[in-house]
Formats: sequence, structure tokens, C-alpha cells
Amino acid sequence: MTAAVLAAVLGTVLAGCSSTGGKRAEERAAREAAAGGRAAVNTPKWTFAMVTHSGDGDTFWDIVQSGAKQAAVKDNIRFLYAHNEEGKEQSQLVQSYIDQKVDGLIVTLAKPDAMKAVVKKAQKAGIPVITVNSGSEVSKAFGALTHVGQDETIAGEAVGDELNKRDRKKALCVLHEQGNVGHEQRCDGAAKTFDGKMEKIYVEGTNMPDVQSSIEAKLQSDKGIDTVLTLGAPFADTAAKAADQAGSKAEIDTFDLNAKVAAALQDGTLGFAVDQQPYLQGYEAVDLLWLNRYNADVLGGGKPVLTGPQIITKDDAAELASYTKRGTR
Amino acid sequence: MSAEAPPVEELASRQPVRGSLPRRLAGRPELGAVVGAVAVFVFFSIVAEAFLQWSSFSTVLYASSTIGIMAVPVALLMIGGEFDLSTGVLVTSSALISSMFSYQMTANVWVGAGVSLLATLAIGFFNGYLLVRTNLPSFIITLGTFLILQGCNLGFTKLISDTVSTKSIADMEGFPSAHKVFASHLTIGDVEVQITVLWWFALIALATWILLRTRAGNWIFAVGGAKEAARAVGVPVERTKIGLYLGVALAAWISGQHLLFNYDVVQSGEGVGNELLYIIAAVIGGCLLTGGYGSAVGAAVGAFIFGMTNKGIVYAQWGADWFKFFLGAMLLLATLLNWWVRKRAEESK
Repeated sequence: MTAAVLAAVLGTVLAGCSSTGGKRAEERAAREAAAGGRAAVNTPKWTFAMVTHSGDGDTFWDIVQSGAKQAAVKDNIRFLYAHNEEGKEQSQLVQSYIDQKVDGLIVTLAKPDAMKAVVKKAQKAGIPVITVNSGSEVSKAFGALTHVGQDETIAGEAVGDELNKRDRKKALCVLHEQGNVGHEQRCDGAAKTFDGKMEKIYVEGTNMPDVQSSIEAKLQSDKGIDTVLTLGAPFADTAAKAADQAGSKAEIDTFDLNAKVAAALQDGTLGFAVDQQPYLQGYEAVDLLWLNRYNADVLGGGKPVLTGPQIITKDDAAELASYTKRGTR
Repeated sequence: MSAEAPPVEELASRQPVRGSLPRRLAGRPELGAVVGAVAVFVFFSIVAEAFLQWSSFSTVLYASSTIGIMAVPVALLMIGGEFDLSTGVLVTSSALISSMFSYQMTANVWVGAGVSLLATLAIGFFNGYLLVRTNLPSFIITLGTFLILQGCNLGFTKLISDTVSTKSIADMEGFPSAHKVFASHLTIGDVEVQITVLWWFALIALATWILLRTRAGNWIFAVGGAKEAARAVGVPVERTKIGLYLGVALAAWISGQHLLFNYDVVQSGEGVGNELLYIIAAVIGGCLLTGGYGSAVGAAVGAFIFGMTNKGIVYAQWGADWFKFFLGAMLLLATLLNWWVRKRAEESK
């Protein structure tokens, strides 16, 4: 009797398991590529803090952090991270790190006006600041050591060139955050070098079904669109679904990478991706701060250090797929 | 507040008004919304060339259904006199639980969906139980749940997956069948209809039946219209309110599974702000913010108005920078028309 019950329970548990995918597959892969993290230097344990304008739950900033953390382990650094999408809140977070007397600061300047005063304060307190990602135009004026990131306009222009190479006629630029200056710069940059026509559409980035149905509606109302350009990796796949639903043959291209984008590039669902290498932004920022503390080094000579744009197509995707899976590309 | 017995008409306001057709129509809360929907439809048919295609209609229906699935139970909750601000992120939570459980346990995705159903219902029960035990405004309680869930969505996802989005479960067992149930589309004629539209219609039918044909429906109107009076005449106020929150949770689960199986990866920061869309749809559809009045069909029509307007502006190819302006203006116009029609109808009674 007990045995029968036990067998039945075991049976259901076993039947409930998936023999494909899931954590087990991931662990198998991880075992093959295990790596330890030990400091490579014996400088004192300095504390560096990073404050970004990221919203909650943004994949991109995960990769930036992953780069920063690995550099921190290597450089024997205690790494702190905070973020807030409101400029005012972001500057308060920076202030709190100044109060804690950290040894170095990494900030983004997506809302430069709100950050200006606090960056100057950090300088006055003798804390070196490196800006990353956004704000290359103002970084130097605010007194930062250097800027590590992609120039959004240049990245946009690279997209325009690539679209010309692909002989595209009419493109749709999908903005998932209304009022984000960097997003506007990307679309405008692309429109500048693109010989065809470029249109914009705003979608609610926090509502995937809305992203899908809005792109669908746009493609249905304008059959001439042969390219959809999304500004973030998670939206590329949704755009592909929308094109499929709308019966459109438009090519989908995107900014930024993730595991799904890498897979989609490989199987030809996506045309190309523009990578600004967020891992590098985090890694370089920490490393440069360390170099500055240790050796008074400064990189860039007053000019931003560019981490992108790198255009990624089917040819490179295979190599990058495993890196996107572990979250460093 | 005194516990006087309410006038009989108040408790029985859901009863169909007898008399001529116009009089009977005037008694229905969704009348104004239907007129508004027709107006919006005609308007976009004229100004937007692509709006009248069948494929466009299917897109509009899809957009409406993803809001409508939640707007229906949210409307019932509002008729019952309560709010829920946690609905937007609850949908995301439900999808996240489902995805992460399946992935971490390497379980058949249906097992994850089942666990998620239980967890989502538990959150709904928590909202309802806390409300009836403390008598605090539902606004405060569900605001708390909203923030807690938002934090949990991010915190747990990061803790478990080490990134802010879940891993893909598309290659796992059970995915194809779950995808069929929650995220496939049917071909009717030469039009593809998303399955969420069917879920939506099923929920409208179920909710309408509960409201108009069951005793529970009586109770919902009663607790929303005059809670103390309802209690005095023997309505189980607490059970009714908890039940309404469970209904919201059930719909959140359906929406969440759609999110998961349609996009197979869930971003943990999603869903914030959607709770307002559900409330907006219910209000456009004739539900009173003060409770005791409204209908499931009205809320569905409200969601449809929102979906038509939202996508109609895209079909009309109006300037993208002004999208929100047009959206607000159109919704206000539809609601004003709705209000005017209802006022006229009530005067003619």
C-alpha cells in the first residue's frame, strides 16, 4: 500500500520534470566553463561606487555591472552600485556616496543638469569621477577624469550607413522610452546618414503586448516600411513577432545584445545588432579608476573613450552566443 | 455611518428595468460606453485608411484583450467598492513565478504554471484578507502590495537568475501545449485572432453571469453600494470582497501566462503603470469610482475604446511626438460622450 502510494507520488514528480532545457542544462554548461575570481593586485581595498540612471529591471545595466564587478574582483576593489531613473534621486544617491567618502565614483549623465552640482562636489571632496554610457559632451566640462561609452549620435549614424549598405528604403525607429535623450539621438543619427525615409514610433516599454500591437498597427498602415529598428534588445524579438502578425517582410535590426538577439541573428530573424559593449563600460570604468588611484593614469586625453558602435551580424553571432548566455555581452 | 436598511431599489439596481426598449437600455450602465465605442470606431474608419482592414481589427482586438482580461475583474472589484493598485505588477509576478519555477526545477512548464496559479491566488487572498481584517482603505493596502511585488519581482529574479530577466523556457517540455492555450492564434476566414481575445470573451461572459444571474452578483452590488446596510441584511461582506480579489488574481494569472508563453522571456521590471489602464477601462465603461454601479460588458467596451484609440492613432499616422496628447484627448471625448448619453438616458426615464 505505502509502496504503491510512494510509487504514484514518485511517478507524478518524475512526470513533472522536463528533460530538455531548464536549470539542469545551464548547470551542465557552467561546469564546463568554471572560473574563479581572485584579486590580481595587492593595492589597498578601495571602495568605488557606481550610480546610474537605469530604471528597475534593465538587462543592459546588468551587463555593465557584471563588467564592473569582475574588474573590481581583479583590482581588489569593494564595488557599490545604486540606480534611479529620476535625475534628482540619482544626484542624491551620488551625494550619499560622497558622504560615505568612497575612493572613486562612476556616474552616468543622462540628465546632465541634475548631476552637474553633485559631480563638482565630488571633485571638491577629492573623489575622482569617471562618467560612463551617456554624457560624453559634458563629461569634461563637469570635471570628470574621462568618459567611457558610446556616442549615441555616432552609433545612430553607423546604423544609417549599414541600412544603406543593405539597400533599405523606409525604416521605422521604435522608441521605448519617451523623453530619453539618448534614444532620440540614436534615431536622429540614423536618419542623418540613411538615404531612405525614417519614421519614429513611441511604445510603452513596460508593456510588451502594447509594443507588439503598436508595431503591428504601424506596419499594417504603412506597407512601405522595410526595416524596423528597435533601441533595446528585449524589443527586437517582439518586433519580429509583430512583423510576422502583420504579414510584413520588414527586416528587424536592433541596438544592444542579449542571448535571444544572438540566437535570432544566427537563425536570420534579425538583420544586425549594434553593440555598445556595456560590459566594457563597467569594466573599463573600474579599471581606469584603479589605474588613476594607483598610477595617476588618465585615458582618452580629454576625449571620450568609445566602446561602440560595433555592428554584429550573423557571422559574429555564433561566437558571441555563449558570452550573451553568461551575461557578459 | 448608520446601518439603516437601504431603499429596496438600491440593492436591486442591477435588476433589468421593465418597460419599453429605450427605458430598458437607459438602465444599462454600458449604454454610454457603447455609443462612445461606435463614435470612436466611425471616427477612425474615416480618418485612418488602414483601420478598416480585417487584419487591423484583429490587432485592435488583441490590444484591447490584453487590457480587457484584467479590466473585467477590476470592474467587478470596483462595483464591489474596492481598488487594486497591484494588478499591473501582479501580472508580471505571475509570469515570473511560472517561468522561474519551471526553469529552476527543470520541471514541465505546466507544473510552473500550476505553482504560479496558487501563488497568484495567494497574493489576491492576502490583499482581500488584509482589507477585511483591518478595514483600511484598499488604496493603501494594494499600494503596499504593489511596491512589495515590484521589489520581489526584481529581487527574486536577480537572486535566482542573476540577471533581471528570466531565462528562456521555450525549449522545455510542455511549452508547445502551454503556448497553444495562452498565446496561439486562430485563423478565422483569413484573419488571425489572438487567443487572448477568446479568454477575454470568456471572462466577460463569466463575469456577466455572476453579476446578473447569481446571488454572489447581488452581494457584489450590495457591498459596493452600501456596505453596512448589506451586512445588516445578511450579505457576507468579507467573503464577497476576498472573492473579488481572488477573481482579479485569477485574471492576472491568465495575463501573466500569456506574457510568458508569448515572449518566453519575462523582464522583471514590466507591468508598472498597467494597473491604471485597467481602472481607466472600467471607468470609461461606466463603472463608478465610488462603487455599487457598473458592468463587466461596460468594462470590456471601455478596454475596446482604449485599444481602438491607442492603435487608431497609429493607423491614422498622426505625429508620434503627440501620441499621448491625442490619446488623452480622444479618451476624454469618448468619456464625455458616454457621460452625455447616460445623462440624457436617465432624464428620459
